[in-house]
Amino acid sequence: MEDNGTIKKMMIILSKATLENVYACFVLANGARMEGIEAEIFFTFFGLEAVHNKKLDHLHIATVGNPAMHMPTMLGGLPGMEALATSMMKKEMEKIDMPDVREFIEILSASGVKLWACKLAMDMFHYKKEDLIEELDGVLTVGDFYKQGSGVGTHMLFI
Amino acid sequence: MDKMIAGKTISVTEEGFMTDFTQWDKTIADAIAAENSITLTSRHWEVLDYIQTEYKNEVPLSIRKIGKSGVVDIKEFYQLFPMAPLKTATKIAGIPKKVSCI
Repeated sequence: MEDNGTIKKMMIILSKATLENVYACFVLANGARMEGIEAEIFFTFFGLEAVHNKKLDHLHIATVGNPAMHMPTMLGGLPGMEALATSMMKKEMEKIDMPDVREFIEILSASGVKLWACKLAMDMFHYKKEDLIEELDGVLTVGDFYKQGSGVGTHMLFI
Repeated sequence: MDKMIAGKTISVTEEGFMTDFTQWDKTIADAIAAENSITLTSRHWEVLDYIQTEYKNEVPLSIRKIGKSGVVDIKEFYQLFPMAPLKTATKIAGIPKKVSCI
């Protein structure tokens, strides 16, 4: 089989639910589909919150432990600071035509991105399948996820 | 660079996007579509008309906008123009490649 190094499939593992990480993951997956590359996302650990029906509309950006926020860590820890930074960021995102998390999931699903939840993390957080979005394609073990990624031209990315 | 499309000399980029919309016509659209293994139906034309109108009105195109257009939903858009839909559709419509990530 000819392999010229072309990327055929992106397998993205999302382990965090801070807004900036969720968006990075979603933009990469959507961008892959726009180029004709297959894409699948494995939501694990805190990444599960991005597909949890009651939590996905309330994700925040991290103001503490994030030097790029350019604010003193102690200020970032004040009550309401995360919410303020998050609402500012959401306003900027709307300006550049970036959908919110729920709409983004709909776009990804309609674009053919496969969305998988990690079984182990679900057990750990006591999440049931009914707690998660209906666009979810299933609940997988790590082994299942690797099997999904088999084939020439697959790349894996951990966020 | 120049390329022969549907018997006419057309100026295109290396990726095959037309650089002069005045050279575009429906036979060229059919030929570019065929190169991408697509046979244009009336459904394709509805989408292509929408894309060209938005382009003429200088509205930046994105998958999200297409989905909200009322002309086609995202799922059907991917079915009509498989693989890279926005890229392929703009190429057939004779307008420049879009440069946004979303």
